[in-house]
Amino acid sequence: MRSVLPVLTVLIALIAVWISAVAPMNIRQSLDIAERAGVSVVPESARVRSETSRFYLMYRNPDEILRGYALDRPRLPTPKQVGQELWKTTGEMALKGRAFSKRSLIFHGWITLQSTLFGFALGTAIGILGAVAIVCSRTAEMSLMPWAIISQTIPIVALAPMIIVLTGQLGIEERAVPKAIISAYLCFFPVLVGMVKGLRAPAREDLELLKTYNASGFATFWKLRLPASVPFLFTSLKVGIAAALVGTIVGELPTGAISGLGARILIGDQFGTPLAIWSALFAAAILAGALVTILTVLQKVTLKRMGGAR
Amino acid sequence: MVIQTKGLSLTFQTNDGPVHALQDVTLNINKGDFVSFIGPSGCGKTTLLRCIAALETPTSGGLSINGRSAEDARRARAYGYVFQAAGLYPWRTIAGNIKLPLEIMRFSKSDKKERVAKVLKLVDLDGFGNKFPWQLSGGMQQRASIARALAFDADILLMDEPFGALDEIVRDRLNEELLALWARTGKTIGFVTHSIPEAVYLSTRIVVMSPRPGRITDVIESPLPKERPLDIRDSPEFIEIAQRVREGLRAGHGDVR
Repeated sequence: MRSVLPVLTVLIALIAVWISAVAPMNIRQSLDIAERAGVSVVPESARVRSETSRFYLMYRNPDEILRGYALDRPRLPTPKQVGQELWKTTGEMALKGRAFSKRSLIFHGWITLQSTLFGFALGTAIGILGAVAIVCSRTAEMSLMPWAIISQTIPIVALAPMIIVLTGQLGIEERAVPKAIISAYLCFFPVLVGMVKGLRAPAREDLELLKTYNASGFATFWKLRLPASVPFLFTSLKVGIAAALVGTIVGELPTGAISGLGARILIGDQFGTPLAIWSALFAAAILAGALVTILTVLQKVTLKRMGGAR
Repeated sequence: MVIQTKGLSLTFQTNDGPVHALQDVTLNINKGDFVSFIGPSGCGKTTLLRCIAALETPTSGGLSINGRSAEDARRARAYGYVFQAAGLYPWRTIAGNIKLPLEIMRFSKSDKKERVAKVLKLVDLDGFGNKFPWQLSGGMQQRASIARALAFDADILLMDEPFGALDEIVRDRLNEELLALWARTGKTIGFVTHSIPEAVYLSTRIVVMSPRPGRITDVIESPLPKERPLDIRDSPEFIEIAQRVREGLRAGHGDVR
């Protein structure tokens, strides 16, 4: 409970910044609408206004500022508008039994979640196996590690369309496959790095103890390196699943995907409905938060069973 | 003869040139002996113990354990080793930690259970088997690590300053318990320490070592009886041996003070 207050303070501060940004962001649109409604605004020409500072416009037209908080298609919606839009596209539709209609964010979130979990599983498997190889073999370390690092220097947005085209060329029609590959591409790296660190965490004495038992390499791995790496694993899994979600959304952006949160963001952009973008963004953030929370709970339970209750 | 070294030398190559950790160490340890290695830091006492355990490879000289090489003895699991730090695995309970060597050596399930119970009793940790290491005091953790070294019943017990990090009172108690344990089990014990009273109190033989190069300067046979209450440390014999150890340490340290 002690951790709630600081989080709440930051949240309130963020919302305050957001709300105060709504007025300048929307002032031009508000004045356009006011002008059309016959209200006299200063300056009168829309062209002149578009070249005038937003704060000057607010200063000259103080009565029109509040209009920016109730626009139909605001450039920057208020938190309340985003909340209402989110509710309209999730809870309300679910209550009407249309949770999986094409307009529902639950449907799009579900599409994104599937690819995320698929990519996360793939990325985690690759990350763990890679780490095991790197820790067990010097050759693997020298050959794999540089490529793992280089792979992360290539911007995923550049790579994503290629992966989609390539899987299409290979005759894979299923949309989820390239998305999962992109998501695994982002997610394997933190897992790999964390696991290499974790598998190398045992101190020299811990290893020597097993040497005095004449333990095999397999036993050393199984009874010492692996359990010692578990705390590291969970930390990287949390980073990894967030990366997997980002990867999936990036994978949904290009080449005209029609479902998934990424597609909603893109469509919102193309159709000039910032509200749709914002609610999809928040849905993604909520999804990420939920996934990380699940992993945190899993981490607590596991580490407690491993004697970590200090 | 359980442990035999002849002209044993070990030189580490470092950036500042070679370091002679051990030079020409010749020593015989008989079955059932309690041998202490004492000396200032850098005298090679721990290195010698690690050579015996095949954790370090000598540069030259002979070393045999139970008539075979140190490496073979390690493979045959001829000794239990107690490190300076308890080194219990934090994710295993005390019983789980003691079970670790038994799992690796593939003892049967019932045998494992029996042995864990037996050594827990031996080190007076009855009823602590289900606790995790952090729930125990430092002294109890060290006892658990001794129990772990005893669990598979090797004839030799090698201990590297096992009580070095404990306070005087706990140390006295554990010394007393270690002697009782040694008397009961008849094991051959190699014990590294830098405390003179500890060495004199515990040992049948005291090996005094000195640094640069690491070498043996004196081997003292203790005339003390096997039965040793703590207050034996006030007896004239005890004080006399302690005196001799101190002199041995000083002689080997001619260049200092």
